[in-house]
Amino acid sequence: MIRYTLTRLALLLLGLLVASVLIFLTLRVLPGDVAQLIAGTGSTPAQVAAIRERLGLDQSLPQQYLDWIGGVLRGDLGTSLLTGSTVAGELAEKAEVTVPLGLMSLTIAVVFSVPLGVLSAMRRRRADGTALSVAAQALAAVPVVWAGMMLVVVFAVWLGWLPAQGFPRAGWGDPWNAFRALILPALTIGIVEGAMLMRFVRSATLQAVGQDHVRTGAAKGLTRNAALIRHGLPDVGLSVITVLGLQVAGIIVGAVIIEELFTLPGIGRMLVSDVSARDLPKVQGELLALTGFVLIVGFVVDLVHRVIDPRQREAS
Amino acid sequence: MSDALVPPAPAEAPPSRWAWLGRLWQLSTGRFGLIVVMVVALTAIIARVWTPFDPQQVEIANRWAPPGWPHVLGTDATGRDILSLLMAGARTTVFVAVGAGVVATLVGITLAALGALTARWVRESVAVFVDILIAFPVLIIAMMISAVWGGSLWVVIWSVGIGFGVNIARVTRPELRRVLHSDFVLAGRASGLTPAQNLVRHLLPNVAPVFIVQLSWSMAVAVLAEAGLSYLGFGAPVTEPSWGLLLAELQQFITVHPLSVVWPGLAITLTVLGLNLLGDGLREATDPTLSRERGAGRVARTHVPEVVA
Repeated sequence: MIRYTLTRLALLLLGLLVASVLIFLTLRVLPGDVAQLIAGTGSTPAQVAAIRERLGLDQSLPQQYLDWIGGVLRGDLGTSLLTGSTVAGELAEKAEVTVPLGLMSLTIAVVFSVPLGVLSAMRRRRADGTALSVAAQALAAVPVVWAGMMLVVVFAVWLGWLPAQGFPRAGWGDPWNAFRALILPALTIGIVEGAMLMRFVRSATLQAVGQDHVRTGAAKGLTRNAALIRHGLPDVGLSVITVLGLQVAGIIVGAVIIEELFTLPGIGRMLVSDVSARDLPKVQGELLALTGFVLIVGFVVDLVHRVIDPRQREAS
Repeated sequence: MSDALVPPAPAEAPPSRWAWLGRLWQLSTGRFGLIVVMVVALTAIIARVWTPFDPQQVEIANRWAPPGWPHVLGTDATGRDILSLLMAGARTTVFVAVGAGVVATLVGITLAALGALTARWVRESVAVFVDILIAFPVLIIAMMISAVWGGSLWVVIWSVGIGFGVNIARVTRPELRRVLHSDFVLAGRASGLTPAQNLVRHLLPNVAPVFIVQLSWSMAVAVLAEAGLSYLGFGAPVTEPSWGLLLAELQQFITVHPLSVVWPGLAITLTVLGLNLLGDGLREATDPTLSRERGAGRVARTHVPEVVA
């Protein structure tokens, strides 16, 4: 276990290193002079030079990278070119919207996909099981943005139950309205992500049916379904955990689009507007934070899986 | 290749290279996928020469016409014919899907070949590199590229191509390693083929099934990514007809004309569903181990695609 943890940790660190270098280099290959771009056309050479110095662009590339990473390790993700505020501060502020949104989406996805996935596998030869699996296949093909629009049409425009857009100005100071504002966005991401998860749960369940310990359960007198539920579901749970990392990545991506659609002041919407404004230092910090988060989630998921799967424990 | 499209076969005929096409057609998933993909491709071709109306023709007097005749699916806020916009949008979709497919192929084959056929330390490092890159969501790659070069359809093509090429490499590499030790590759080597010749003549054709399946799924991702990125403003330029752009435009009027957003969304969903099912069907039709044990084995390996848009 210790050996596995260390190997996996090394892979994580390597991943973070590769990610940071890739992000750093990609954002530096901009044709032309960033400082000139920022200063604008009517600027004097002195102004351009001042900006260049402020951004550290007069340093060599490796030096710039080391300065940046050194800052990141001390918790300084960089400073916005346009507003002058720190990236870490803004991320923390916007996380108040995005983290609850992500958690709600994940909860919805898991709550509806696991039972339905198991059900559709157990009843695969009946009409309802087939219908469920067709529905999952179709929902998994729906673009998140359109799913959101259709939910807005039904629940905001026709029924008028929930707001179509926006987030209360007071934020979580107005908890009821803040929560209401997140319901449709979370439902959108949860349904589309859940459809993917449901297909996965279904195939994991079908795989569990063929496992020896499930067959043994059936042989000692349990009904097939009882054997599956008692001895097969732990297997299904394990395989769900393995794809949680993928799900988190999916939710982040979904949040970028959904926050734009519902005009929520979260991390995704901030990233979109910073990319549009070409606030490169800020984008650099945000991208590193997001990919770092995805990599760390993957690391944790692998370790947890290792700890709770008895087969894996024996193997190590 | 006139003998190529032999129908799926009397039992005594030698197995045709194209027999999988017949098997594909016999699967309900494969047939549905194939039909949808053909319809979209055909629409894109037809839209090059003919659409019911000029898709960009503004006609304010006729704005928000309800579905009917002559505007079958109605018109938008500036009186443009929605059906014509959808048909023209199919062009963009097909362009992006094919472009992303080509990039994913190049990236995937290169990385898989480097990861399978080179010296031990090279191939191990490539494998680790691929494992790391796979964690990058396609949309993040797209944002990275857009931040530097601004948005365009090429951003979509490159980001999906790179993002999914890595996936293809990961799936194709073990296949390549497996085939590498088979007799016909050894025979090829013994008869004096260079590694490159051997790759093209013996290795690639034998990993093609695995690869084509991935390609079909990567095109589905490309269609979703195009819609999502165009919606965000990093994809198609406003002058270009695109389903994602159309969604963004119609969204502004969603409270007044809620039903108009149905059409572009339906077009995207159907296309993605078609490509996904085509991939599923292709896998079943080309994988000999799957076709032998129909049933549990085949459903047990359902793929879980990445969400991008």
